[in-house]
Amino acid sequence: MADLTSLSIAELSKGFNNKEFSSTEVTKAYIENMEKGRKYNAFITETAEHALKQAQESDKRISKGERLSDLDGVPLGIKDLFCTENIRTTAASRILENFVPPYESTVTSKLLQAGSVFIGKTNLDEFAMGGANLTSYFGQAVNPVKRQDGAEVVTGGSSGGSAAAVAADMCAGATGTDTGGSIRQPAAFCGIVGIKPTYGRCSRYGIIAYASSLDQAGPMTKTVEDAAIMLEKMAGFDEFDSTSADVAVPDFKAVLKNGVKGLKIGMPKEFLNNDLNAEIAAAWHEGKEILEKAGAEVKEISLPNMKYALATYYIIAPAEASSNLARYDGVRFGLRVDGSSLDEMYENTRSAGFGAEVQRRIMIGTYVLSAGYYDAYYLKALNVRKLIRQDYINAFKEVDAILTPVAPTTAFTIEESKTFDPVTNYLQDAFTVPVNLAKLPAISVPVKTAANGLPIGLQLIGKDFDEETLFKGAYVLEQNNSWSRK
Amino acid sequence: MSYIIKGRTCDYEVVIGLEVHCQVISNAKLFSGASAASGGTPNDHVAFIDAGFPGMLPVVNKFCVEQAVKTGLGLNAVINKESVFARKNYFYADLPQGYQISQFDKPIVGNGYLEIELENGSTKKIGIERLHLEQDAGKSIHDMLPGKSCIDLNRSGVALMEIVSKPDMSSPFEAGAYLTKLRSIVRYLETCDGNMNEGSMRCDANVSVRPVGSTELRTRCEIKNVNSIRYLMQAIEYEANRHVDAYDNGEEIYQETRLFNAHKKETRSMRGKENANDYRYFPDPDLAFPLIVTDELLEKVKNSMPEMPDEKSKRFMTDYKLSEEDAKRLVSEKSVAEYFEEAVKEKGSDAKKAAALILVELAAIMGEKQIENIRDLKTTASRLGRITALVEDGTIGLRIAKELLPMIEESDKEPEAIIEEKGLKQVSDTKEIEKIIDKIIADNPKNVEEYKAGKEKLFGFFVGQAMKATQGKANPGIINNILKEKLK
Repeated sequence: MADLTSLSIAELSKGFNNKEFSSTEVTKAYIENMEKGRKYNAFITETAEHALKQAQESDKRISKGERLSDLDGVPLGIKDLFCTENIRTTAASRILENFVPPYESTVTSKLLQAGSVFIGKTNLDEFAMGGANLTSYFGQAVNPVKRQDGAEVVTGGSSGGSAAAVAADMCAGATGTDTGGSIRQPAAFCGIVGIKPTYGRCSRYGIIAYASSLDQAGPMTKTVEDAAIMLEKMAGFDEFDSTSADVAVPDFKAVLKNGVKGLKIGMPKEFLNNDLNAEIAAAWHEGKEILEKAGAEVKEISLPNMKYALATYYIIAPAEASSNLARYDGVRFGLRVDGSSLDEMYENTRSAGFGAEVQRRIMIGTYVLSAGYYDAYYLKALNVRKLIRQDYINAFKEVDAILTPVAPTTAFTIEESKTFDPVTNYLQDAFTVPVNLAKLPAISVPVKTAANGLPIGLQLIGKDFDEETLFKGAYVLEQNNSWSRK
Repeated sequence: MSYIIKGRTCDYEVVIGLEVHCQVISNAKLFSGASAASGGTPNDHVAFIDAGFPGMLPVVNKFCVEQAVKTGLGLNAVINKESVFARKNYFYADLPQGYQISQFDKPIVGNGYLEIELENGSTKKIGIERLHLEQDAGKSIHDMLPGKSCIDLNRSGVALMEIVSKPDMSSPFEAGAYLTKLRSIVRYLETCDGNMNEGSMRCDANVSVRPVGSTELRTRCEIKNVNSIRYLMQAIEYEANRHVDAYDNGEEIYQETRLFNAHKKETRSMRGKENANDYRYFPDPDLAFPLIVTDELLEKVKNSMPEMPDEKSKRFMTDYKLSEEDAKRLVSEKSVAEYFEEAVKEKGSDAKKAAALILVELAAIMGEKQIENIRDLKTTASRLGRITALVEDGTIGLRIAKELLPMIEESDKEPEAIIEEKGLKQVSDTKEIEKIIDKIIADNPKNVEEYKAGKEKLFGFFVGQAMKATQGKANPGIINNILKEKLK
């Protein structure tokens, strides 16, 4: 039998329908890979036993001809930021090391209703704060794709565990969340597909919050088609999330192969400068040519306020985080380190429970919201955020989607990352962050292999709730590029 | 008759503003479906969001929004079509999220006012600055287990309306009248039960003083959680005098939060401004903002508004020919106004007599027996109405009517039964009364002489004697007529 774990979700689905193999067989194969791939540290919690039970249920449905969806029987990895009922959910933080939620997030419960199998909870940067999966309390994740010189590189982050798990065939697909690039950048670093849908497309209910106005869940998959299949099941209005959008979810798969003929694609001139890494620029150019060849019209556009995006993001996200993380106080759940007074208990608990990067962002956030600084930082950031969104709205009067790189470099080594100061780390997010600020959808798809052997991804940014155009464009990029997964 | 405190150096007037927290009447909490009922087993009505669990999100309870709008309309206030829920960040063990969801710079209700009646009968408008919605915290219990604190989250997330007045009050009396009126309004609207002793209405007072005639606003102190109207008035009086003493002694007043001690009738410092929290308010990103009050919702609430006390008192004056004073006093408590209207529905009843019996006799009984709600009296509205009817048709006199009330409270018997049992029917038999009066005249020759010589005041003496001799049962009109005739 062919290696079951190399199949896409679409291929698995076909196989299940044709009874070529069972979910149990597929799940067992993935579990084997998961166990063999422990060196990648992609999972915080493996749920093999649980997954096998789900697979058996799925097989029963398949045998009765009652398959629930394309995802029925498909083993998925779940970012350990999604609360899963009775399954430990840590946010990769010591403070939630032993937290077992008594409830299920909306997104994962939709995936369960679609019949999917949960193989484990994937690694991430602590509370999704980071861009290399280096801040996890459970250790860094390792990119399954090696550099040509054999060096191990980072997975990117924060959804690094999900990206590694998909790239190393330890699951057929995985969930991620994206606050400033946390789906798209690790997808690009590991050579897989990831989409951050429009803010409000997926419910945030039950997802541990980092920055509420930016957080958005999305799928991370081997193919564009798989992303379309998974997103359709994850998305939809949820009355338990006041920021969820009451917008119908289209059949993404149906439009996937419609092509890009006649579509107008913009390339922001602000990113076309000398600072851009030559190989990234070359990949961007290749993407442009692929789309043009397929009949799209590519033109230069301007997004004049992009230069403020990083500063804006690093005010708004920490501000919200500083408040969102106040609940981890040792009183009701999670880690508690006692003290002689309530204040001391808070200090001891939070000092021991949160890692350095999380503490840094809590402090930044507390500072920018403080009396006397609010207007200068937070309020100004909210106003700039509106300008950034307006830039895109203006651009979308001329184009249907915008093509940019995902990250300014390919994946780096841990050694290299140690030479970065926090600001250099934050610069990694320059291409991804503006999209979250504008609440728009964007898909990351690998298009080229760099000279160092590592994948380079491109990003297509779309209008509000126009993920369909993104899937069409990404499919064209995927089918016609020079990069191949294995 | 303004309220002035005489200082050594000058006379001072007092500036008072009140912040009142009203627990919204609603089945569910402000952002969760858990029961908002008070009491119950600790931590029994707590949704995961009320305990601040990871990933849990608030969803605004539309009914609480309607209640706030309704209260705003009752306070003649501007309803803001767009308002924003903001997070007020601070750490406390009974604040599970680490922040309270409240409203900061964009409250749901803006400027309004209510009218209070002053001691001299004139009215004064007290401005309302704002009303906003917020969630309550849980409760810390420090004395249940030695060395440990216990947390009860039943109250966590319950909807509160914070109603902030302008600093328009200038005496403890005015503050008391404001709070009484506000309580009456929320009770009419059924948006808060107004029970201060149960904590569903809580009041903080901001107090400062200034030389009479000055328009400056001096440093104020905030007195927290004064849990009755009487205590509020006492606390303000103490605090204002404390300020005057300080200024007289050349000392400064520092902005601080103070607690009222009801036993010692004094306030003491709770925390100074230097310990004040920086709440780091910002719009709650978990709630789609702004919160929009649609025209439909506003219209719906407008149509559901009950008759308010001021309207009702005007109607009582027209419909029942009551004096302004009686009408205003009757409507100040919704339950009393309803009791009155129910009483006068009884056949043959009399509104003025009913009003008088309620406002004087029943009020006295309630005061004596410490009964809060008129509905807890044994003298039901129906019984009271029938008593006035019995007076009207001459069955009993007014004096007997008054005496009946404590008897009903005692026995819980129908007034007709008591009258029958004790023989309290009014004597209207002229012959019998004549006999009694003849005897009185015969027994008091000196008084008769003096009366006839022009000391007309003595007429009352003869009436009194006659009533006494008949144990109050004689018809006073008949006594008057016979006496006038016989003493000519």
